[in-house]
Amino acid sequence: MSNANDKLTIAGREFTSRLMVGTGKYADFPQMVAAIETSGAEIITVAVRRVNISDRSKESLLDHIDLKKYTLLPNTAGCYTADDAIRTCRLAREAGLSDFVKLEVLGDEKTLFPDNEELLKAAAVLVKEGFTVLPYTTDDPIVCKKLEDIGCAAVMPLGAPIGSGLGIRNPYNIRIILDTVRVPVIVDAGVGTASDAAIAMELGCDGVLMNTGIAGAKDPVAMAEAMNLAVRAGRLAFRAGRIPKKLFATASSPVEGTIE
Amino acid sequence: MQIHVNGETATIDEMSLLHYLESLAIDPRRVAVELNLDILPKAAYGTTLLRDGDRLEIVHFVGGG
Repeated sequence: MSNANDKLTIAGREFTSRLMVGTGKYADFPQMVAAIETSGAEIITVAVRRVNISDRSKESLLDHIDLKKYTLLPNTAGCYTADDAIRTCRLAREAGLSDFVKLEVLGDEKTLFPDNEELLKAAAVLVKEGFTVLPYTTDDPIVCKKLEDIGCAAVMPLGAPIGSGLGIRNPYNIRIILDTVRVPVIVDAGVGTASDAAIAMELGCDGVLMNTGIAGAKDPVAMAEAMNLAVRAGRLAFRAGRIPKKLFATASSPVEGTIE
Repeated sequence: MQIHVNGETATIDEMSLLHYLESLAIDPRRVAVELNLDILPKAAYGTTLLRDGDRLEIVHFVGGG
């Protein structure tokens, strides 16, 4: 058994990698490019921001990204209302000519937790407008079910607050979400190190999305490789079927034939 | 005439949106533009004349998570 034929399908599109990575917080573009390449990711998130009109010297992100190789997933980071998020998605579609959006509507600057009420409103409008909506949400199975019912192409519950590196804080909720929805479940936010990504995949998640966990590491390119391996290892372990946990020992060597 | 671009005021001659983008060395394929809160399709950039008092938002993709 390998992961080679184990594709992730989102809205009818197939992807080989189950790791999605962000493009923010890198020291420079070459480091970002090397980390993305090493991560093996095929879907990469980007933010939508004003062009700097007064200083045109800065390089553009898209000058460094091979658009034939990667699927851009524009986000609505920084939006605190459904209206702002919808407006950002419409602009992203015009800038990128793709319907994929990572929808996030934040409730609070300190936690960056989603405002699920606004999120559901925005998701409903965007699905009607033909967007492929991948919503960042809390690890709440009821909200995830509502997002699926609205027509979102996946649900992306947080493992922990954005950039916190606290890992999968409530694996039981993630398991309930996996049992509740049929669309892909992608853990988005909270992954701090490779074992966090592996745990998400071992739970049965369809993918993991991260930015700070890689970009904020001392050696982002090395961490990108670690995350690449962890996501694949975790996925394979999930498919292999782990042994049940037991309180007492079970001998690995045969009991019969021991010397007397 | 004066227009408002990304929160700043700019004084420009009368021209199309496409010419304005080119004057700023902005690749029209890489941006999205809102004119007075309406998103303009790229095909309309060349035929859209900027008017005094117009409010433009010109956005592009930057690094993000």
